[in-house]
Amino acid sequence: MTANPVEADMNFPEDLRYTKDHEWARRKDDRVVVGITEFATDQLGDVVYVELPAVGEEVKKGEAFGVVESTKAVSDLYAPVSGKVVEVNSPLVDAPEGVNEDPYGDGWMIAVEPSDPKDLDELLDTRAYAALVQEQEE
Amino acid sequence: MALRTPLYDTHVEAGARIVDFAGWEMPVQYAGILEEHEAVRTRAGLFDVSHMGEVVLRGPRAADALGRLFTNDLRRLVDGQAQYGCLCRPTGGIVDDVIVYRRAAEDWLVCVNAGNRQKDFEWLRAGEGPGVTVANESDDWAQLALQGPKAAAIVQRLTRTDLSKVQTFHFVPAEVAGVPCIAARTGYTGEDGFELFCPADRAAGLWGALLDAGKGEGAIPCGLGARDSLRLESAYRLYGSDMDDETTPLEAGLAWVVKLDKGDFVGREALLAQKARGLGRRLVGFTLTDRGIPRHGYPVLRDGVTAGVVTSGTLSPTLKIPVGLAYVPAELAAEGATFAVGIRGRAVAARVVKTPFYSRK
Repeated sequence: MTANPVEADMNFPEDLRYTKDHEWARRKDDRVVVGITEFATDQLGDVVYVELPAVGEEVKKGEAFGVVESTKAVSDLYAPVSGKVVEVNSPLVDAPEGVNEDPYGDGWMIAVEPSDPKDLDELLDTRAYAALVQEQEE
Repeated sequence: MALRTPLYDTHVEAGARIVDFAGWEMPVQYAGILEEHEAVRTRAGLFDVSHMGEVVLRGPRAADALGRLFTNDLRRLVDGQAQYGCLCRPTGGIVDDVIVYRRAAEDWLVCVNAGNRQKDFEWLRAGEGPGVTVANESDDWAQLALQGPKAAAIVQRLTRTDLSKVQTFHFVPAEVAGVPCIAARTGYTGEDGFELFCPADRAAGLWGALLDAGKGEGAIPCGLGARDSLRLESAYRLYGSDMDDETTPLEAGLAWVVKLDKGDFVGREALLAQKARGLGRRLVGFTLTDRGIPRHGYPVLRDGVTAGVVTSGTLSPTLKIPVGLAYVPAELAAEGATFAVGIRGRAVAARVVKTPFYSRK
């Protein structure tokens, strides 16, 4: 990919933590909610298909837990933390456009009960993630 | 060094996402693939296809020379008519699939795929000799494709030439928005529309004029992403994905452009032999009957064993179902036959269906 001026006005909320693979993680009580960033949705284009794990499955930090597909491309989803899946955003299966429309809200993907709370602290904060995005654009 | 069309700056300024395609920096999308796809199916969309190449054969022996390198029957053409077909190797493998435009009895323009510009030029140059010149004019031409149910009306507004007289797979010289063009009623989307060949240095003006003229009808610029999903719904083959030097037109489902009884041409003997022997594999259209999206390179499975390969696939934006093209063993090629597609280690059920997946009313 080359020149693309739109990233300047992208939103990376301060209350989230990020992976270098463009997932976000939000602490919510004793859970961690997971989705993909606005940058990821912009790179993917229209999301048309989402494949998510079942409730009860274990995910492992840094390993693929699902797949998101646009008209053109397939991308793995990588778990920001290890733990057990306690909730899945199943409406996305029939309405995957939610990922594009509201990546940090209705476009969330799974909620995980983390096995090691420290996982979250090792992720990137907004500033570090924004720097990474900028670097990838250059 | 990446190649760029004369419209590269126009695309970047308009906010297109640029990707590499066959060595070319091309717009893959503007507003989004789904929106652009829908515009072409319901209104009109404008594509920069200047990366396509143009090789021109001229001279009193040009028709014979080209006919010997082309699978279809050029004798059926009159001036101003175009024809789709393949260039084949002696093995029957496909060098490229091309459209030939008969401008005059001694002037034939061959429109070739971007990635094959040099290869095709060299291949066609084998036909050079007394009474035949072969010129690679790819850099001289730009090509804009306005496609969709409103396309013809939009182009008509910009020219005095009566386009209603131009039938599908025919073309006329026409001045469009003051730019001298070849206006061809051809395309790669399954919709009505025109492909306009114009001088490279006039492309930007023509591009802007077409978008302005089509604004009222909702015409928008489109990228290669929508072009790919549109062509796949129409089951048009993509060179390099669905066919290559190792596959024959018979295997690729292009027997309808192979005229074995027209006289000799390069590849004919091999194709005759293959036909007599029977085809081992065939390119078929299929849909998935379970959840998933087929993609290029995924295995076709029969009883858990790889028996073929998916060459193109997507979720059809118009039909909202997964569709794809795949090489399968001949015995699995009939409509209704079932197999599986291996998707990330899962065997997903598939069924052979009629193509095109979508055709306009």
